[in-house]
Amino acid sequence: MVKYKTTEQILKIMDELDNVRNIGTLAHVDHGKTTLSDSLLMAAGLISPKVAGKALALDYVPIEQMRQMTVKAANVSLYHEYNGNAYLINLVDTPGHVDFTGHVTRSLRVMDGAIVVVDAVEGVMTQTETVVRQGLEERVRPLLYINKIDRLIRELKLTPEEVQQKLMEIIRDFNNLIELYAEPEFKDIWKVNPLKGQVAFGSALHKWGLTIPIAQKAGIKFSEIVKAYEKGADEVSRLADEFPLYRAILDMVVQHIPSPRVAQKYRVPKIWRGDIDSEIGQSMLKCDPKGPLVICVSKIVVDPHAGLVATGRIFSGVATSGDEVYLMMAKTTGRIQQVGLYMGPYREVVDRVLAGNIVALLGLDHARAGETIVSVDYKDSMIPFEKLVYISEPVVTVAIEPKKSADLPRLVDTLRKMAIEDPTLHVKINEETGEYLISGMGTLHLEIALWDLRQRTGGMDVDVSPPIVVYRESIKGSAGPIEGKSPNRHNRIYISIEPLDEVTMKLLSTGAVYEDQDWRVRAKILRSEAGWDADEARGIMAIDQHLNIFVDVTKGIQYLRDIKDTLISAFRWSMEAGPLAQEPIRGVKVKLVDAMIHEDPAHRGPAQIMPATKNAIFAAFLSASPILLEPILKLEAKVPQEFVSGLLRVITSKRGKIIAMENQKLLMFVRCHIPVSETFDLSDQIRGATQGRCFWSTEFSHWGVVPQQLAEELIRQIRKRKGLPPNPPKVEDFLLP
Amino acid sequence: MLVFVGLGLNGLEDITVSGMKWIRYAEKVYLDMYTSIIPNFSVENLEKNIVGRKVIKASRKDLEENYEEILNEAKNKIIVLLVPGDPFVATTHMQLRLAAIDRGIETKVIHAPSIQSAIYGETGLFSYKFGRCVTVTFPYGESICETPYDVIKENMKQGLHTLLLLDMDAENMRFMRISEAIDILKRIEEKRRENVIKKDTLCVGCARIGSDTQVVRADYIDELSKVDFGAPPYSLVIVGRLHFIEAEALVKLANAPLNVMEEVRCQIKK
Repeated sequence: MVKYKTTEQILKIMDELDNVRNIGTLAHVDHGKTTLSDSLLMAAGLISPKVAGKALALDYVPIEQMRQMTVKAANVSLYHEYNGNAYLINLVDTPGHVDFTGHVTRSLRVMDGAIVVVDAVEGVMTQTETVVRQGLEERVRPLLYINKIDRLIRELKLTPEEVQQKLMEIIRDFNNLIELYAEPEFKDIWKVNPLKGQVAFGSALHKWGLTIPIAQKAGIKFSEIVKAYEKGADEVSRLADEFPLYRAILDMVVQHIPSPRVAQKYRVPKIWRGDIDSEIGQSMLKCDPKGPLVICVSKIVVDPHAGLVATGRIFSGVATSGDEVYLMMAKTTGRIQQVGLYMGPYREVVDRVLAGNIVALLGLDHARAGETIVSVDYKDSMIPFEKLVYISEPVVTVAIEPKKSADLPRLVDTLRKMAIEDPTLHVKINEETGEYLISGMGTLHLEIALWDLRQRTGGMDVDVSPPIVVYRESIKGSAGPIEGKSPNRHNRIYISIEPLDEVTMKLLSTGAVYEDQDWRVRAKILRSEAGWDADEARGIMAIDQHLNIFVDVTKGIQYLRDIKDTLISAFRWSMEAGPLAQEPIRGVKVKLVDAMIHEDPAHRGPAQIMPATKNAIFAAFLSASPILLEPILKLEAKVPQEFVSGLLRVITSKRGKIIAMENQKLLMFVRCHIPVSETFDLSDQIRGATQGRCFWSTEFSHWGVVPQQLAEELIRQIRKRKGLPPNPPKVEDFLLP
Repeated sequence: MLVFVGLGLNGLEDITVSGMKWIRYAEKVYLDMYTSIIPNFSVENLEKNIVGRKVIKASRKDLEENYEEILNEAKNKIIVLLVPGDPFVATTHMQLRLAAIDRGIETKVIHAPSIQSAIYGETGLFSYKFGRCVTVTFPYGESICETPYDVIKENMKQGLHTLLLLDMDAENMRFMRISEAIDILKRIEEKRRENVIKKDTLCVGCARIGSDTQVVRADYIDELSKVDFGAPPYSLVIVGRLHFIEAEALVKLANAPLNVMEEVRCQIKK
């Protein structure tokens, strides 16, 4: 079961690289991703002799205790033998919930293949589609594992023929996703064929699994599996002994997921934006250990003893302890204090790790998930893997306070660590109330974060406020030029404002256009794809995180260069909290049309230019038919026919909009949009209305306009909560005499 | 009526007789506390010995954003605003004056000494030979305003001196020191490399001009940044081409190195 190997044996596999596989598991929530990982780890975990003493009792360790380790491990390496060859399989940690999209992409970047877990009863669901699509976008090859076969037999009481038919349906749906989302050159070669052993099925709960080649070789038929369940637990556990799940999965991985050297050849041009013909590009393409060091960090864990541990994949070069490296996101240099490899969930210190492998790095305290680490000599010629990500905007916030004030330092410390490990979790202190505000990607994300907080603090008692939804402010019309005066009246700034069109918003949110992009490239994209005026496209001064663009359309204004930074700060400051309810502004193009600037720097400092610019922006904003936006979730549900009307009643009572309904035999498939603000008691309501017979899930969809009749009252409520006067300011309030 | 009265450069002693007269006439006296500071100045002294009652300390906000209040009073009362130096050398208060005129309020200015005129006498540099004056401002985050560099460059081209006013945040008692200003100029030079600030750039540093403890020192830029000038306020002159009288005066008034005079002689021979 558990394999004891020396570090040298593992290093040998890592150096040769042909027998290394970097994979992860992906699934719709509750389809069994965790149970699969658990059974892979329990069965094929790798333990070095050093920790063997401690871990010898591993077989008796309760699963929860084991899981605690794996929950925190950024990577678990598994050892597997196939046809007499030894393989090292890195199981990279992937988030359990699709709520945090940026996260998934980071994990995907470091893996070459994915096991997509699908519940045999529920079939291919929304999030299955999402993760498969995301995987294909990163050129990660998805393989299929159909889980919970036991439910088909025990709950639905299907005959062997019906089971097989059900499996074929799932495989067909899965291949349809590949047909839909894969790039042309991968469409055919990546579709899964059960006869070739590219699909596994089994029960992670009962730890058995098969592929068709394994079944054929052993001569086992479906009817025998059905029979085993009929006979009882002993027979099922015999099944698990004879056909362990880990073997079916790992055999499939070893045969059908390429080694890092093969994978990087076609993956690097897709996942990296830099010039593939450059020295770095070629070295990554070839996975060359002699090339410059490039590491892409997928996960950060704050270890109580070791401090910050950055785990990532080496795309080129060799990571050696003592290496001086450059962190591209943090824009700072650092020194690798320790290089580690993974033995099971444990880190082992080694001298060096070669390109293609997963590495654990100590000593880089400024590293965050998504960071690109490069040898310091190449800091100017490297292009980072990740662009500024705009997608992960938190939409829900709770305020949190310990019941006992003595717990506060521990709470603060834990929250800080959690925010380092999960960059989509935002932690902020409310200066006035002293409460800690935690913002996340959805109600579920925050529930998990709070659960995690309690785990880490040993069940600390905390008060949690009702969730607060984050809104956005935007405009429907255009306005300007409007004049903004500085407090000393010696400077005048002229601003026009208009909403960004849909194409531009798409370019921004997908990261095709971003702030630190080469301006020529950016201008070209905006001109050709979004029909931007050439001067405007060239004049972009800033793009902020809430998807607003600041454009300079002036020509030859004296001293403009000297106040440019202040203008940009003023733009960001204004976008951070709009005039309606001090919620961030989204989707606006702010144009600097003209400016009159004082001769002497003392009279045109930030204290003068910031208010002048903000006044002009806000006056223009309020003149351009302002609107309030709210986060909208996409909800997908499968519900038995007799409960459809109950579900629809709940959805419509919560301002939901039905987008699609589709009959799937006994079940109705319902897809709708629903505002986040209406979802806090959604679980209870749906459970009540459908007697708990509805399977459903949500994902962030888009920002929708709050209807006018609700917006006014909502704005008053938000302002009241923030301690502001109930009515928003008027245009005149931003025009100085 | 709104009367701008200059306080000059030193304690309470630079207020002119005419300034004293208007202070006595005034029904209310405001004091600008943010545009500069005056050595040996004390508000208590001002209240006790000059005004005879409380003065109202006005912040930047009072005089820039909320000035309607003062203007309303000035409609039918005599209001005095005390300003360090000469009231309109810094342009800050012109908006207030224009707003008063728009409201039909009579305005008047009582002048007093300013660094802009005192600098000639204390350094010996000719008023005819100064180019544009400019403020060196505190860096804003990472960004440094490069206007002073451009102004010095243009003045230098014509052989003119540049008076640099050094930024201050008087409300928070933060004053840019001469060495800080030199450091900022050198940082801009490092970036722009247009050979404006060089090792042999001659500068004059001034502190508390007009007071008994004033310091005026001329030296090459690196040497000058080592000098301890004591308490604020400060200003700095970047010297252009020297007339021989200016050179002699710099040596005799500001302790400039003797070779400054030599250099002028060499220039003449050429």
